[in-house]
Amino acid sequence: MNKPAPSVPANSAGLPNGSGAAAILAAGIGSFMVAVLAIAADNSAAVKSLLNFYRPSGPLSGVTTTAVLVWLIAWGILDWRWRSRTVALGRINALALVLLGLSLLLTFPPIADLF
Amino acid sequence: MEITARSLWTLIHGMGFGALYLLACSGVLIELYRRYSPKSECPISPRDEKFLKVYLVAMAALAWITVLTGTYIIYPWYRAVAPVGTVNLAGFPQMLLKSSPHTIGWHSLGMEWKEHVAWLVPISITMAAAVFVRYGRNLRSQPQLRAAVLCFTLTSFLAAGIAGFFGAMLVKNAPVEGGRVIHLMHGE
Repeated sequence: MNKPAPSVPANSAGLPNGSGAAAILAAGIGSFMVAVLAIAADNSAAVKSLLNFYRPSGPLSGVTTTAVLVWLIAWGILDWRWRSRTVALGRINALALVLLGLSLLLTFPPIADLF
Repeated sequence: MEITARSLWTLIHGMGFGALYLLACSGVLIELYRRYSPKSECPISPRDEKFLKVYLVAMAALAWITVLTGTYIIYPWYRAVAPVGTVNLAGFPQMLLKSSPHTIGWHSLGMEWKEHVAWLVPISITMAAAVFVRYGRNLRSQPQLRAAVLCFTLTSFLAAGIAGFFGAMLVKNAPVEGGRVIHLMHGE
């Protein structure tokens, strides 16, 4: 957790890419959380009940609210750590896009039902 | 000519916010792809840059309004449970779809996917807006940042398209109806 992200030389514009990297990775994490929590609520009665924040909307309210909170917290922490730095964006992009791709796949019911 | 309040909300959510988001998405994808490419020789004026910042922030607001109205206004009407013994399920779309093997898929695949995949849209486009507001024209010299913004925006377009398609098909098979009747105009 305390291991710093690998740094690379600053770009020609001199604006560190850390803030952008933080937003990108956090968006990947937030998207992935939507899928993971949806599967968890579908498979566990206890989680389903726990995520029933607003009864008329059912567990969807808790799934999405929790995922949004995780996203915002992750974004805040990553931005605080990377804001003034230039990080190796290639690996961060790859991780964020893998998480985003998994989110798309895992929200697809035939795949979500495999778990 | 009349429309129910629930129908009107469904129209505002889908045809208003959702469709407008899809239209806006195609515009921003082209703008980011062409004008902000490192190879582009077209100059970017401060006015162009400001326009795209406002455009992306408006898109993010639109995406949030769409998912929030969907989840907290329309979805409760969709999943309403009919009292025991109810024969006419017209006011209970989810139960109506689940009552027939010919329509259950619109719920078990369509709505189940739509209700979750739609939430990837505001997350993705808020990120894109935040990155563009911070970096603006500097995205030209930060191709990896631009690539990520483009990928997330494209995914938001895809996710909004999936949600929009299933929304339209769900309304076709089991419309969300009920509430106050609004008279639009009187016929001859």
